[in-house]
Amino acid sequence: MSVFIIRRLMQSGVVVIIMSFIVFSGVFLIGDPVEILVSDDADQEEREEMIKSMGLDKPFLVQYGIFISKALRGNLGESFVFNEPALLLILDRMPATMELAIVALLIAIIFGIPLGVWAGLKPDSWVSKSIMTGSILGFSLPTFWVGIMMILLFAVMLGWLPSTGRGDVQIILGMPISIFSWDGFSHVLMPAVNLALFKLSMVIRLARAGTREVMHQDYIKFAKAKGLQESRIILVHVLKNILIPVVTVLGLEFGGLVAFSVVTETVFAWPGMGKLLIDSIGLLDRPIIVAYLMIIVFLFVFINLVVDIMYSILDPRVRLQDVKS
Amino acid sequence: MTSIDQHLSDTDEAGHTECDAVESPFRRFLSDFCESKLAVLGFVVIVSITVVAIFAPLLTPTDPYDLTTVTILDSRLAPGEAMISGTIAYLGTDGAGRDMVSAMIYGLRISLGVGIGSGIIAMMIGISFGLLSAYAGGRIDGIFMRIVDIQLSFPAILVALVLLVTLGKGVDKTIIALVVVQWAYYARTIRGTALVERRREYIESAVCLGLSKNRIMFRHLLPNCIAPMIVVGTMQVAHAISLEATLSFLGLGMPQTEPSLGRLISNGFEYILSGKYWISVFPGLALLITIVSINLVGDRLRDVLNPRLQK
Repeated sequence: MSVFIIRRLMQSGVVVIIMSFIVFSGVFLIGDPVEILVSDDADQEEREEMIKSMGLDKPFLVQYGIFISKALRGNLGESFVFNEPALLLILDRMPATMELAIVALLIAIIFGIPLGVWAGLKPDSWVSKSIMTGSILGFSLPTFWVGIMMILLFAVMLGWLPSTGRGDVQIILGMPISIFSWDGFSHVLMPAVNLALFKLSMVIRLARAGTREVMHQDYIKFAKAKGLQESRIILVHVLKNILIPVVTVLGLEFGGLVAFSVVTETVFAWPGMGKLLIDSIGLLDRPIIVAYLMIIVFLFVFINLVVDIMYSILDPRVRLQDVKS
Repeated sequence: MTSIDQHLSDTDEAGHTECDAVESPFRRFLSDFCESKLAVLGFVVIVSITVVAIFAPLLTPTDPYDLTTVTILDSRLAPGEAMISGTIAYLGTDGAGRDMVSAMIYGLRISLGVGIGSGIIAMMIGISFGLLSAYAGGRIDGIFMRIVDIQLSFPAILVALVLLVTLGKGVDKTIIALVVVQWAYYARTIRGTALVERRREYIESAVCLGLSKNRIMFRHLLPNCIAPMIVVGTMQVAHAISLEATLSFLGLGMPQTEPSLGRLISNGFEYILSGKYWISVFPGLALLITIVSINLVGDRLRDVLNPRLQK
């Protein structure tokens, strides 16, 4: 077991190093930050001083080396625009994004599993067919357009929900959270539903496929033969067995939710890290772009590592196969 | 439907006089596919959209790229109002004074072109790497599949975002970004199928005949792995179109001078709070109909071509 974990940790480390190089060299190629930072009437001398002070005159590899050695000490550079450490700026916005992603995940689970189980139990009824057609729609609809349509309908035409921002926030456990007040909740509702749509369709499909498979198993027949109530069979026997794939996939997809919140946050002007990234791309604020991407890389590598380890605990075959190869 | 039947019986005539008695695989596939009316509808819609997109210059009432006729005085006209030139803008005009109908048809052209173009290139790259990986096995397989694994563990939107930030705007750059995002899906799918197929007898006999590796890979292995590629390809084109629209919405991807559907929606977003709904609603509907149709066809193809579900 420990051999397996050590191997996986080392692999993750290699991935992080490779990705940091790709990210840094990719972002290094874009635009000239000096153009934006120096005022128009600055003379050549001032420009050069600026370049020197930011270390932009050094060769690429030296800049990368400086970046890595600083990054290891938790310093991902200072934002050109805000003049504050990029890492702090992003961490400051992180709770908003996480809140959005978690609420979206909950929506996907709470609505997706019952709908999927229903569609799996009665595959030929018209309700199930409309659920499944709906899930194709959920896969097909471009998130950002649905967001715009929701704003048009609920904010502009009906005026029920606010279209932008985060509303009232309360500090709970040191983090600003908005879902516990009505104003905050009304702000979080539309973006979260928007972000959840895609995952909701996925959960419906997984739950349906799982239910159809499980219903043919012997233990379900046995439970029926024992004369158990239908509700007990579904709530205990079926649900437990379909939860495994649903939970695994959702665990893996949580990172996807965080990434995709870039789009939702832009539509709803939600003050999270995704919005910060898009704004920074517009302003060519390199350190923030690099820092955001590095944080995302870490997040993904971490999620994959946890899922792999969980898998190897649940299913020893994975672990044994890996050691052998 | 009748014309297809006619065509089929014509082609079958050479081999079999009774085409009802001997069902060709293609015919069975066709009748399976047609069992779902939604999928047939989707297919018809895709064909019509493609025709409209190809013949865009002939069909549009105005040329949205022609700066001599597009005038700011026409901007934000409501659907049905007449433009200065006298043409009626049935779906209104956008912020720059372009007729929405024309802009949408041209936008559709770009969206479809980018989606299908990037899909084909990605498929070719993916097939080459995937087949090689499955056929060569060992270390090559290990390296390729590790790369695929790492890439697929990051969401497509982020990879494309980073690439476009680096590369800049433009049709070619958008296609590059979409190819990079997609090739791994094709590579992984075809590797999976090819690993099963290469243990079959016909490959063994081809090896025994001393055929070259390239010939076995592309003439024997590839044709037998093509069914899942069609399914993945259909779904990926829909995915690529949606992704391109999303990137254009975020201000990356297509330049303002050649607006794709995503760009048109994004332009309309500015006016949504003032109730000028048509600038983003209509391009969005066009995008939606395109993607849903492709997905309906893809969904049906998956059911029909899946060997596990065959009766």
